[in-house]
Amino acid sequence: MVTNTAKISIGEKIHARDLNVWFGDNHVIKNVTVGLKPNAVTAVMGPSGCGKTTFIRAINRLNEIIEGSRTTGEIYIDGRNIYSEETDVFRLRRQVGMVFQKPNPFPKSIFDNIAFGPRLHKIADGDALQEIVESSLKEAALWDEVKDRLKDSAFDLSGGQQQRLCIARALAVNPDIILMDEPCSALDPAATAKIETLMRKLTEKYSVIIVTHNMQQAARVSDFTMFLYLGELIEYGNTKSVFENPKSEMTEKYITGEFG
Amino acid sequence: MNMKLLKERVYFQAFRITTASVVFFLLVMIWTFISNGIGVISWTFLTDIPRQGMTAGGIFPAIVGTILLTLGSIAIALPVGVASAIYLVEYAREGRFVRIINSAITNLAGVPSIIYGLFGFGLFVTFLNFGTSILSGSLTLFLLTLPIVISASREALLSVPKSFREGALALGATKWQTVRHNVLPNGLPGILTGTILAVARAAGETAPIILTATFFFRPTLPQSIMDGTMALATHIYYMATQHPNISQVRPLVYGTILVLLGIVLSLNFVAIIIRTRHRRRKKW
Repeated sequence: MVTNTAKISIGEKIHARDLNVWFGDNHVIKNVTVGLKPNAVTAVMGPSGCGKTTFIRAINRLNEIIEGSRTTGEIYIDGRNIYSEETDVFRLRRQVGMVFQKPNPFPKSIFDNIAFGPRLHKIADGDALQEIVESSLKEAALWDEVKDRLKDSAFDLSGGQQQRLCIARALAVNPDIILMDEPCSALDPAATAKIETLMRKLTEKYSVIIVTHNMQQAARVSDFTMFLYLGELIEYGNTKSVFENPKSEMTEKYITGEFG
Repeated sequence: MNMKLLKERVYFQAFRITTASVVFFLLVMIWTFISNGIGVISWTFLTDIPRQGMTAGGIFPAIVGTILLTLGSIAIALPVGVASAIYLVEYAREGRFVRIINSAITNLAGVPSIIYGLFGFGLFVTFLNFGTSILSGSLTLFLLTLPIVISASREALLSVPKSFREGALALGATKWQTVRHNVLPNGLPGILTGTILAVARAAGETAPIILTATFFFRPTLPQSIMDGTMALATHIYYMATQHPNISQVRPLVYGTILVLLGIVLSLNFVAIIIRTRHRRRKKW
């Protein structure tokens, strides 16, 4: 049953209802219903293969590029079902930016990486484009490190800088949700700390959803935590209570390191 | 134990000699052509038309013919081949249709060139009535080079990391925008390399153009694509087998071989340069 009159609580940015995702016969996300808050970091946690990545990729409909994928249920962003017929998926992906597990700068200059989205969507050129590049890099806390070498290849940056570049690239098309898929898994502790600080700062303007299998990271940076296990939502709540007072035995076992 | 070691040594030495023989034969071949042909190479030889019953003068019309035929074929094979590769890699879904196309490409690449020649003769020269012409020859060579261009382009596109595609799609790019801005530019060196190898192949082919495009003797330069022409590869064949005075023109044959070999080898060399430069630059 698909209706467009879902009851969505006030103060939810994203609301998934009865979300199911299959890859071929593999049922990866099972009946997940959850409401995520704006201007907060929500951590999606769980053991490998539990569907964390698939869940966030459902929010920008990136699962669709994989052959044999199928999604049912609804996801509402600001009350609008992104799985309805009239959704413009390309517009959706501008609104919902994404940062990947491994930094994936394009083989272009630093400037051209950031300018890629704005140019693509003809948002700006000339001085206005310069301004977008500068403000995006500033928001991603990278401007001071690269302002004198915007013409250099993005590959010349360190891993942590590349990841912040990718964040800036996502910000340049003016999203309001940022998905991050284990953004620090390829980074050293210092670079990780920078990204985590940045995530906190981003909540001033954006809703951040981060996939992590690092529990300390979830505890450090997130306001809310979702715990997924084998595609099912086991527990969801504010991070403090999920960690200190888990309602589900499974969550407790996971947090205390009994499995993972 | 010692016996085993000895046996191994003997085998490896044997393999080594076999390997070295490849170099030996190549060197002997090149030496033969150079020592016999270098004497006739001159500015006149490269820029003059054949004279005195093709026993003197140059091979200019054949050089022009080979260039026109090759450029003609690649001008069609490049866009068609790249478009096919884009379709196969970026758009087509795995399935029977794609498998059939892939095996067709593989088989097409294995068809003997004389059969392309006969096919081109039947289709372009007679049925479509293009006659013995540069057009017929280019179209025939296009069929022959197409599988090479498709395979090379497909490999080049497949080597572009998935993360470039995902990155662009996640920014709201359409599939075509992704291909256009983030995949093609990064596959281009590979596509170019493959295309140059296809050009080299086309330049050296003989059977397909004997039947569709070339004449034994046509000293005037072609005025349109509907004209027939001379070409280096066929010129070598005609001079070595059909000329009434074979021993007298033998040095000219060697000279022509040198020119053709020079063209083909330098094309291969350019391909190698593009490839190594690209490998050095790419960091993914």
